[in-house]
Amino acid sequence: MPVILATDLVVFFIVACVLYIAFKAYGDNYVSTIWKELKRRPLTLVSIFLLALYLSVATADSIRWRDSIKDPDGNDTISEAGKKLYSPKALSLLDRTLSGLRSNTEKSFSAPLATLQFTKETIELEGGTRVRDYPPLKYPSTHLFGTDKVGGDVFFAAVKGIRTGIVIGTGATIIMIPFAIFFGVMAGFFGGRVDDLIQYIYTTLSSIPGVLLIVAFMLIFGTEGYQGGLITDKDLIYGFFVPNDRLFWLCLILGITSWTGLCRLIRGETLKLRELEYVQAARAFGVPKLIIAYRHIVPNILHLALITFVLLFSDLVLAEAVLSYLGIGVGPETGSWGNMINTARLELSREPVVWWNLVAAFVFMFALVLPANIFADAIRDALDPRLRKGGK
Amino acid sequence: MNNNLLIKRILFFTSLCLLLLSSTIGGCVPNNPYRSSESNKNIFYKTFSEAPKHLDPARSYYSDEFDILAQIYEPLIQYHYLKRPYELVPLTAKSVPTLTYFDKDKKTLPDDVSPEKVDRAVYEISIKEGIMYQNHPAFAKDADGRALFTNITEKDLKGISEITDFPKFGTRELIAEDYIYQIMRLADPQLHCPILPMLENYILGLDEYAESLKNKLAQIRATRKADAGLTYNQSLDEKKNPIIIDYKKFPLPGVVKIDKYKFKIILKKKYPQFIYWLAMPFFSPMPEEANLFYKQGPLQAKNITLNRFPVGTGPYRFEKFNPNMEIRLKKNENFHGEKYPSEGEPSDKKNGLLDDAFKTLPLIDEIVFKLEKEAIPRWNKFLQGYFDTSGIASDSFDQAVTISASGGARITKIMEEKGISLSTSIMPSTYYMGFNMQDSEVGGYSEKKQKLRQAISIALDYEEFIEIFTNGRAISAMGPLPPGIFGHKTGKEGINPLIYDWDVERKKPVRKSIEFAKELLSEAGFPGGRKPDGTPLIITFDNAWTGASSKQTINWFIKRFALLGIQLENRTTDGNRYQEKLQKGNFQFFFLGWFADYPDPENFLFLLHGPNGKVDFKGENASNYSNPEFDRLFKKMENINNSPERLKIVEDITKILRKDSPWVWGYHPVSFALIHNWVGNIKPNTMANNTMKYLKIDRELRENSRKEWNKPNLIPVLLFFVLLIAISLPALFRIWKKLGYSKKG
Amino acid sequence: MLNYIIRRILYAIPILIGVNLITALLFFYVNTPDDMARMMLGEKRLTPAAMENWKSEHGYNLPLFINTKEGGAGILTQTIFVQKSLPLLWLDFGKSDRNNLDIGEEIKKRMWPSLAIAIPTFLIAVTVNIFLSMIIAYFRGTYIDSWGILICVVMMSVSTLFYIIGSQYFFGKTLRLFPISGFDTGLSALKFLILPVIIGVLSSIGGSVRFYRTVFLEEINKDYIRTARAKGLSEGKVLFKHGLRNALIPILTNIVAVLPLLFMGSLLIENFFAIPGLGSFTIDAINSQDFAIVRSMVYLGALLYVLGLILTDISYTLVDPRIRLE
Repeated sequence: MPVILATDLVVFFIVACVLYIAFKAYGDNYVSTIWKELKRRPLTLVSIFLLALYLSVATADSIRWRDSIKDPDGNDTISEAGKKLYSPKALSLLDRTLSGLRSNTEKSFSAPLATLQFTKETIELEGGTRVRDYPPLKYPSTHLFGTDKVGGDVFFAAVKGIRTGIVIGTGATIIMIPFAIFFGVMAGFFGGRVDDLIQYIYTTLSSIPGVLLIVAFMLIFGTEGYQGGLITDKDLIYGFFVPNDRLFWLCLILGITSWTGLCRLIRGETLKLRELEYVQAARAFGVPKLIIAYRHIVPNILHLALITFVLLFSDLVLAEAVLSYLGIGVGPETGSWGNMINTARLELSREPVVWWNLVAAFVFMFALVLPANIFADAIRDALDPRLRKGGK
Repeated sequence: MNNNLLIKRILFFTSLCLLLLSSTIGGCVPNNPYRSSESNKNIFYKTFSEAPKHLDPARSYYSDEFDILAQIYEPLIQYHYLKRPYELVPLTAKSVPTLTYFDKDKKTLPDDVSPEKVDRAVYEISIKEGIMYQNHPAFAKDADGRALFTNITEKDLKGISEITDFPKFGTRELIAEDYIYQIMRLADPQLHCPILPMLENYILGLDEYAESLKNKLAQIRATRKADAGLTYNQSLDEKKNPIIIDYKKFPLPGVVKIDKYKFKIILKKKYPQFIYWLAMPFFSPMPEEANLFYKQGPLQAKNITLNRFPVGTGPYRFEKFNPNMEIRLKKNENFHGEKYPSEGEPSDKKNGLLDDAFKTLPLIDEIVFKLEKEAIPRWNKFLQGYFDTSGIASDSFDQAVTISASGGARITKIMEEKGISLSTSIMPSTYYMGFNMQDSEVGGYSEKKQKLRQAISIALDYEEFIEIFTNGRAISAMGPLPPGIFGHKTGKEGINPLIYDWDVERKKPVRKSIEFAKELLSEAGFPGGRKPDGTPLIITFDNAWTGASSKQTINWFIKRFALLGIQLENRTTDGNRYQEKLQKGNFQFFFLGWFADYPDPENFLFLLHGPNGKVDFKGENASNYSNPEFDRLFKKMENINNSPERLKIVEDITKILRKDSPWVWGYHPVSFALIHNWVGNIKPNTMANNTMKYLKIDRELRENSRKEWNKPNLIPVLLFFVLLIAISLPALFRIWKKLGYSKKG
Repeated sequence: MLNYIIRRILYAIPILIGVNLITALLFFYVNTPDDMARMMLGEKRLTPAAMENWKSEHGYNLPLFINTKEGGAGILTQTIFVQKSLPLLWLDFGKSDRNNLDIGEEIKKRMWPSLAIAIPTFLIAVTVNIFLSMIIAYFRGTYIDSWGILICVVMMSVSTLFYIIGSQYFFGKTLRLFPISGFDTGLSALKFLILPVIIGVLSSIGGSVRFYRTVFLEEINKDYIRTARAKGLSEGKVLFKHGLRNALIPILTNIVAVLPLLFMGSLLIENFFAIPGLGSFTIDAINSQDFAIVRSMVYLGALLYVLGLILTDISYTLVDPRIRLE
């Protein structure tokens, strides 16, 4: 039985966009010049590869379904109402692929690839004598990044953070881009009262300190949402869709706090475009305003949206960690790097230091944000011809 | 321009290096967080993790605040510092007051009289003469003997942001009326005294008194509103012009003044535990002058209020109050010269705890509380010698403490070398997981439901929980009562036979197996964690754990429930929603803790008393447990003195509770404190808060240790700069060449 | 000029009213007065009567926008919005929910530690960043440029949390060079400032240097620079005399916008270092859900932001005479 979260749609949408662009790149001249531009830098290619890898992991972690409950004979259980029963656990494709890592838990901390537990315990030897020593692990040398306090595999936890990172990084912008384009173009193209009103709205919104707005918003909407973990009938509509997803609310509010920049940018660009000759000509021919805006203005500002999208991505991923520190990030059962850092910072005061949790979160986050930044630079340079040559 | 900047930068770095070097050579320690003028002074350094919210003794109900408050305010009685079990001794009272019981005809009754016969229970209290308050502007008088600082204006307050900034101080003697005044204050609706509803049950006429204060307040507000008209804004109005209710205008029959040093408290019923409340800060003396002084608009606007600046007779007084940074207490010049105790437990003599017997308290001149929000800096500063004592966060535990094979805690080698010692004490508290007894799935009193809850209790292996999350700093609970409370039993007699077996060989309780739990579960009608119709049993788990390590704790619970095949659905919410859920009864399984107000079984068992149910009666019984037999026995044991009869009742009650299992009896935390070897006279006392006056420090030892432990490590810094210069040489060279070249061109 | 400024200020008023309305809606909707009372009174021995009492003491027993129990204008004035939210407009912050503190007084006190961190951080960061970006722009196209950019991107990709945790661990614990955390008044505060300032500067380098570099490059590619170069002026002179001066316009105006917000302090740094500034004030308020404080800080932040906008506009007109004052 498939289960789809509101944030899964975000991931699917991104994948669809990437495929569409890749498909289009074959025929299209413009896109292929950009592609050529990107290809010139080996670093960019590596980045694209890493991003693709992360995206595919996120996708695998977004395809999830519930297994039917088997009775001891291996048959499906049917409820009294004659319905097939499903387990409340919706495991994703990723969970199933890495099921070894997921279920091979230890009792407590262990260092990367260690064979003994990190903390001492009272062990009872045969014959009843008790010693205090490091007990052997159940699954020695399998935990690439060690295990956490309750013995969970840190590598697996970091991998689970990928989906959250991707969703936060893309979700917020995807949700806000249509609004930013709509309002920005309206304001720039129609001017007058409409412009005043839209400017008023975005100035007001952007003047509220972002973090505080997020706190208030998450306290209203976030607390009752699905936070990862078990799925109950209360969460589901149509039997498979989970609309009330805490992560989705987080994306939404991050979108609301970050759309004003793009909106302002688009408004400015539209003001310029409005005065261009072909737009003036279309006006003279009496083409309805909305159609002009849709046909002539919107396509010419899309690159701005794309640039903003890639530039904001890394900021948003980093913001998640800070929000988790403030206690308003994703729920405790959703794997996220922010949660990992938040836990790990206490473990730093241990002696000897438990560093692998922090390092794992750092490496995984860094491996997403760095390529994203490099890729963003490349995209901007490619789309913005003024800077294409980087000077000289 | 470029050259200039470069030179400036180089200069800047060199000067920074020089600064660092000179500071080391000069012998002072660069990481010392205190002023150099403080070195070698008789100051004790402690931490606090958040700004105290209330320092008004009528309002404060939080142990961190008591830590500060109890050094300043003095209730009538206190707990003896050294003796165990805890014993109450007089503080400002001449002797520990005892109750005298009267029947309806005002005839005296014996102590062991049954509660129904008692009509009035009376404390007659005499306080010591000659106790003086700290110096405080509220007591300052003008030439005519009238209070000096009345009708203060904003202009008068220029340059004043603390009590110590005032130009003139005064003092006066402590009198019985001050205690009466404070009890009246407890009923003031503006103060929200948290124990008022409880006190109203006992103190004669307090409920009516509170009601009349409330009416008076409403009446004052109504007049003010009528005068101000439409622009009336309650908060703005009272900010400028605080409402003062004259408490003495209303009769409170439960508290009677006899003479200057003597007064009576009259209770409506027999309640011997009331004596413990008298030892808490709620019953501190409050001079009327202080209340009138602080309730002036301009002072309130400067945040100089009674809620922030206490006025007391205790060993210390506020010197500096910056709750966002530090709180400084100084020795009270007028302190009544209490002496260090000369008796204690037999071991105290050997441990040197009686060396200072008969010395005048306090032994330390100044106490500095420093704000330290994050655990890591706090711990590191303790290791550097900048804090004198420290608790141990779970994560630094292994560094500090090793558990020996026999299970006893010992300090690690590193700590031993530093001369740090460990002190442990079991807290009079319990952390438990509760079931909602009104829930159709997990609640109820049938045998099946009892078995379900017992099965879960077995599966939640608290020995493992304690090992992982508290490093063994707790003991698993066998019932609601922690060790040290009347009725708690140790050893074989004390185990909960439904959850544990007694291992004769090792002389310790052993948790029943998970297989046994599974069996119980199928007897309860949930074989393999399935309901009769085959659907899995899902139990929702409510908690307010949003902190850093909450995820791991929650995962542990999910793991343990999964062993029974039960799916645990976690519902983490913020503290507020959590409380709301508990109040509405909208939950199945929850987590709570209780810290005792006083060492008596009644203070724990009332948490399960039916008429105290949270949903129906808005009480403290969050699992809404209601068993008529329990309620009957509880009523019986509630108001009698500790005796074999009482012990028997507590035993019967425990039996009932274990069978019903409304809680998973979680654990009783053990507090571990680390103490540097320069601190003396420390003995953990979980009931008393005013213990700072007994402590002493060896200043010289501390100064030397700090110097030795904090030598800066400069080599990596120097290496870094060398490296930086090496890397930037090619670039510098290039700039140089280009500039030189361009100058020629 | 004066006329223009006055008009800009008048334009700010509807924005501030809008902010006020949004915060009132958000906060009173999220946290009904019942929630507040529950939170403020604590968990131990909480009764509904006590909650009722708390609400009436703090003036939360009124309806949010319309009070039908009152007559005349009282319908509007005897409401939470008018009594609690509107006074913010004239900077009357009222009292905190939790311990009845005068918030305005508290802000006045807390502002100094925040500024003590924010101003040095800001000044040093701007100097260092402009300096570094000029070097990188100067060497554009060479290995210094590409490596510099890469280092910037790497530095940008590190979360601030890592900078803080790492520096505290390394400088404070391992090297024992600075106090790990804390604060003091007066000159004694100096030694507590160094580490937070270093962290503040470090975490800003990546993003700012990269941004300033693009601004410089944009300027360098303009026609007048080419002309200057063609005239035979040396590269250094072209870059630092002409390029810098003109590139400073966008940089300066960019800086002016954030200037007022320095007041608000840094949430993370202040919390980690136990600095009693406005940032930790806000965090404490969030953690203890004291929304009277959070509301005040939201409003203060918005006010400072609007102030920043006005300053930016004015500085534009000052540095670039081509922009007319309309």
